[in-house]
Amino acid sequence: MMFLLYFLVFGLVVTIVMGLVTSWIDRKVTARVQYRVGPPFLQPLIDIVKLLGKETVIPAGAAREMFLFAPLLGFAGVVSASTVLWANQLHAAGFMGDLIVAVYLLTIPSLSIILGGFASGNPLASLGASREMKLVVAYELPFILAILVPVIWAGSFGLGDIIESQKSFMTAGHISGMIALAVAILCIQAKLAMVPFDIPEAETEIVEGPLVEYSGPALGIFKLTRSMLLFTLPFFLLVLFFGGLRFSGPGFFRTLLEYVGIVAILTVIRNTNPRVRIDQAVRFFWGPVTILAVIAVVLALNGI
Amino acid sequence: MGRTVIPIGPYHPLQEEPEFFTLTVEGETVVDIDVRIGYNHRGIEKLSESKTFENSTFVVERICGICSTSHPFAYTRAVEDIFPMEVPVRAKYIRTIIAEAERIHSHLLWLGLAGHFLGYNTVYMWAWKLREEILDVMEILSGNRNNYAMFKPGGVRRDIKKEDIPVCLKKIDSILPTLDMLKKAVLDDPVLHARLKGVGVLTYQEAIEFSALGPTSRASGVARDVRKDSPYGAYREMEWEMIVTGNGDVFDKAVIRILEMFESVKILKYCLNRLPEGEIDANIEDVPPGEGIGHIEAPRGETFHFVKSDGTNRPLRHKVRAPTFMNLPTYKATVKGETISDATIILAAIDPCYCCTERLAVKDTKGKMLYDGTDLVRLSREKTERLKRRMGIR
Repeated sequence: MMFLLYFLVFGLVVTIVMGLVTSWIDRKVTARVQYRVGPPFLQPLIDIVKLLGKETVIPAGAAREMFLFAPLLGFAGVVSASTVLWANQLHAAGFMGDLIVAVYLLTIPSLSIILGGFASGNPLASLGASREMKLVVAYELPFILAILVPVIWAGSFGLGDIIESQKSFMTAGHISGMIALAVAILCIQAKLAMVPFDIPEAETEIVEGPLVEYSGPALGIFKLTRSMLLFTLPFFLLVLFFGGLRFSGPGFFRTLLEYVGIVAILTVIRNTNPRVRIDQAVRFFWGPVTILAVIAVVLALNGI
Repeated sequence: MGRTVIPIGPYHPLQEEPEFFTLTVEGETVVDIDVRIGYNHRGIEKLSESKTFENSTFVVERICGICSTSHPFAYTRAVEDIFPMEVPVRAKYIRTIIAEAERIHSHLLWLGLAGHFLGYNTVYMWAWKLREEILDVMEILSGNRNNYAMFKPGGVRRDIKKEDIPVCLKKIDSILPTLDMLKKAVLDDPVLHARLKGVGVLTYQEAIEFSALGPTSRASGVARDVRKDSPYGAYREMEWEMIVTGNGDVFDKAVIRILEMFESVKILKYCLNRLPEGEIDANIEDVPPGEGIGHIEAPRGETFHFVKSDGTNRPLRHKVRAPTFMNLPTYKATVKGETISDATIILAAIDPCYCCTERLAVKDTKGKMLYDGTDLVRLSREKTERLKRRMGIR
């Protein structure tokens, strides 16, 4: 019963609301950087509602069931991941190794895009899907290495233990924590498919890639999933590196600052870089980023 | 590895005009490219033959919305080439001012689009914001933000007011700091270096063989610029530098365009400061029979016009060749062997203008050529003759 409450209220409603608010912040800041006015506050919601009211066109060459199942899979993944995080955040209602579950669940939206892209039977979509596949392979390794650092500091794979262990001193305060945080931010930039890593969707190259054939509610759910990830992934980093959310007194402002800070870094990176090529992205993640992540792990093992 | 065909077009977010590229790819590598244009053919040359010499200026102005001065400039020079005449010096200066301001706005527009194609939307918006200032200058000088309608055979249609000059100079100066910043943002960005250097290389030899024009050829080390090689307007009067680099890649093409904007600012300020007094129009009465050619350096390269007159008040034949016509085939050399991600920016790097380049040919469904351009002109002439005979005109 308790789990259902977390699932419906926090995993679904709060994540959607926060995701849409965050994507509004992202769009507004981007617009101001680019000398534009930017969208009104409700625009992200209006976009999703509009898409939900439209017709879904299924292309003749598509694998029908898979094509429609893919967006739901991604949506379910992000809702579950968010639920696990909120359950640990609010009631320490975690279980052994729920960090590993969260990492897996956060990969599902990327997999759903690959699935949807191949199912739609469009050359541009399958090109985008294969690029997404390469990108996932590229960023998962450094991402998991970066996550190991808070695990080493807490001495446990439980999210609740990780939050608990940071009560006195947060992981991001250590040198190894800082390096790991930087690596993780780069990885979630790629997870969110934001410039410079929006290679799978590259509008001017392959016309939104895997999403090219999607329309109506199916597209709306993909977009909503993306917005929810924009909240869930920074939230995940807050839990791992900053000891979770705080809701009372000055702690609330600190949390707000940390959250907006991470979102601002993502937005700034997205607005000051051109898109890289897929081979460059793979080389970047497997080269310098992985080396940094390994250094962070070694430092953390030595207690620095 | 299996080959796939990736279509770009006929309607694609990459380009603002309809055109169709067929990329044959192996994995992500492009092995062949085919370009189809012709979705936008308007029959300008034929249309021009039915207008008077003066009215044709406005028709050719509408060939291209971006370089809308280059065509009237080349056309008026072609008409003035038919018989010996001299354009007043003040008119030459005004023509140079308009042409250079247009070069700045065109290069800024390209820079913005190139940024957009790379997903670098901040550059896109900033470049276009900067372009607004130049459009404002155009509005002050000509009354129009686009399609300036300043040219006529023998001179210009509108004088520049003395009190407008300081306002324009101030606006031009105001773009320099941002232009400097954009230059640094592009030239010093390591990610852009990684993305653009060594991509889509057009070698010196290939540039010669394809007869590439404008920034496309100058990026490959071919020092070719009509403003230097056969000076017209007021370009002889002042010191300015032709920007030439040698690598021929997309990065160099961007460098050329950015640095050229600074040269254009130089020329623009020189002309505005030293605008001579005098007439602005030679008041041509009649155009005698004869042939004339006019060529000028448009933002994209050499624009070439040929006009033939038979002594009436209309051109008998008017031939247009826009620079993209020569630059388009360089795709065969630059795109092959690159990845799809790079193909799009290489396609954009020549700053293509397809509606300037449109040609028409008639083919049957099996691809056999029935009529080419020459045949169509001949058919059209024969039809006119038939109609004239039937109606008893002669």
